[in-house]
Order: sequence, then C-alpha cells, then structure tokens
Amino acid sequence: MAQQTTAGRRYLRAFVSGFFVAVPVTVTVLDRFAYVARVEGASMQPFFNPEGGSKSDIVLLNRWSVRNYQVQRGDIVSIVSPKNPQQKIIKRVIGLEGDFIRTLGYKNQYVRVPDGHFWIEGDHHGHSLDSNSFGPVSVGLLHGRASHIIWPPSRWQQIKPSLPPNRGPLDTKEEEG
Amino acid sequence: MGSAWSERRITRWYVEMFRRVLGKTLGFVGYTIQYGCIAHCAFEYIGEFVVCSGPSMEPTIINHDVVFSERMSRHLCKIQKGDIVIAKSPYDPNMNICKRVIGLEGDKVCTSSPSDLFKTHTYVPKGHVWLEGDNLRNSTDSRSYGPIPYALIRGRVCLKLWPPHSFGTLSESPTKRIIKTQSDSD
Repeated sequence: MAQQTTAGRRYLRAFVSGFFVAVPVTVTVLDRFAYVARVEGASMQPFFNPEGGSKSDIVLLNRWSVRNYQVQRGDIVSIVSPKNPQQKIIKRVIGLEGDFIRTLGYKNQYVRVPDGHFWIEGDHHGHSLDSNSFGPVSVGLLHGRASHIIWPPSRWQQIKPSLPPNRGPLDTKEEEG
Repeated sequence: MGSAWSERRITRWYVEMFRRVLGKTLGFVGYTIQYGCIAHCAFEYIGEFVVCSGPSMEPTIINHDVVFSERMSRHLCKIQKGDIVIAKSPYDPNMNICKRVIGLEGDKVCTSSPSDLFKTHTYVPKGHVWLEGDNLRNSTDSRSYGPIPYALIRGRVCLKLWPPHSFGTLSESPTKRIIKTQSDSD
C-alpha cells in the first residue's frame, strides 16, 4: 500500500513540474516567436478564403520578425484593431511613414502617412474595415507578419510581399511628369 | 596487448567526460530557457519596473523616479479614468510615454486650454483613450496628437518605488481635467 502512494505522489510531482515548464514556454513562444490564427471574413479575398463560406485559411504569424516593428510594403500583417482592442485584424501594408496615399473612401482624398504609422488595406476593397475607414494605424499596434498559409493543405504556400496593382504610395516624380 | 587495452580505457574515459559535459550543458541550457520563459511571463503578465524621465507628469512623478506598472489591468481591460498608464508612443513604437487617462471611449474631453474663452469638447472614439500629463504646460499628449488606441497602453502605474521619501501609491490628478459623468462612482 505504501509503495502505491509514493508512486502516485511521484506522478503528481512530475505532472506539476512539467506543467510549470510547459505553460511558460508555450506562452513565451506564442508571444515572441510564432502564432497560428484563422483568417475569417472576406476582406482579403481572393488571397485568403477565396471560396468563402465555411472554409477559412489558417496562417502562421511570425512575431519574431516584427519585434523591431520593421515591415515592408506589400507584407500581410496582423494588428490589434484600433476600434476594438480585443480583436485582431489581418490586412496588407500599402504605405509606410512618409508615403503619400490616394485613398479609397477616406475623408481626405490624399493622405501623408505620419511618422510611426502605416497604411493598411484589405485586398477586397469595399468589404474591408481598414485604413480607408479609420485612417493611418500606429506601428505600435503591429502583432505579427503572416508568413505561410498552413491549412487547408491544398493551399500550403509561403506568403511573399506584393503590392496589389494601382495600390501603393504615390511617387512624387510620377505626379510631376 | 596491454597498450591496446589501456588505449580503450583512455578512449572510454574521454567519451565519459564528453557525455558528462554535454549533459551538464544541456541541463544548463534547459534551465536558462525555462527561467527565461518564466521571466517573460512575469514581465508580460504581472508587471515591470519603469524609470520615468521628463517633466510632463510633475508633481506626481518627477524625472528619474522609478515606478512599478502592473500589466493585469491592461489585459483585462480594466483601465479607468484617472489612472496613470505607460503606453507606447503613437509616433515611435520603441519609445514609451507615461501619462494620465483623462477619458475612455465615449467620454467627453475638453480640447481647449483653461485660458481659452470658448471651451471646445470632443468625444473619445471607440477603442481609444485620451491621455494628458499632470504638468499641462510642459506635456505633449492627446491635446496635440489626439486620442490613442487602447491597445498601445502597456500597463498601469500603481506604485512609486524611488525616491524612498515618496514611496507609495500615486495621488489623484491635480489638473481637474477629468469630466465626471453620471455613471462614474464618487
């Protein structure tokens, strides 16, 4: 009888010590390195969720690459929504600080992105809550960069930064010519 | 015969030492990772120590004061009007600012200075907060850059730790800029 009790107590001790290792490590990995998220909604069609309906893409978000808030134009990033701090939204970076953007439906037709901000848009214009509704977004809200689509398996791919046609910062030289 | 046998003994000794050193190194690395992760969780979810600089929160917080800012209120969305918060600067995410919350989303805030004849007001938009320093004359805050998104807030300052003669909780706003609504408790 005494031997069984010690075996049970040993198991409990192993479980508790394993728990105290697994939880902090998992939390740290999710906060600092990588995060997995499901893309919901139609705001990034046809890039994400091209069929819509019940089939949602699942993406891998790289949090380590944004630790210094470095992003490129054309990257797909996830940010904390400026309208709702408990929600994250995933959109494409169109302009960085200092760029001039021709907006689609914003209160000003031309916007200069202020320092420490960037301009994001969903690929599906008109069905997207993005900078065209709430303006330039502070870089401090950056959460992660979408690096790969990992589900469904037929859509496995690495996401490369690419600006959609006709959406990008205005080049001042073009305007003069 | 004898030399081959002693060679085997020496090789076995080296292998044994290598295994011991490898075991100790892996154990050390494992402990470092584990304690590093525990430290990350503590600083991210419990609180952190902050050294404040600048005159924008005088007389409540003076230059070179050390304060403790707790993270739980921010994660549970329990920041209230009148709290002093540490937030990421909207113009430079690598810089932090320390200001007082004057209004939460939906609140009315006064955008004119006390010396203006005509008072103007605005309402804080959804998901944002209005921050002002206690030293109104020497503070760049929401009066210049507007309301900031709630998610830029890092933590709530709850305790001053240094200098020792002003150790303790922090005082209420001396500026009387907070507009109390009917739903606030007294």
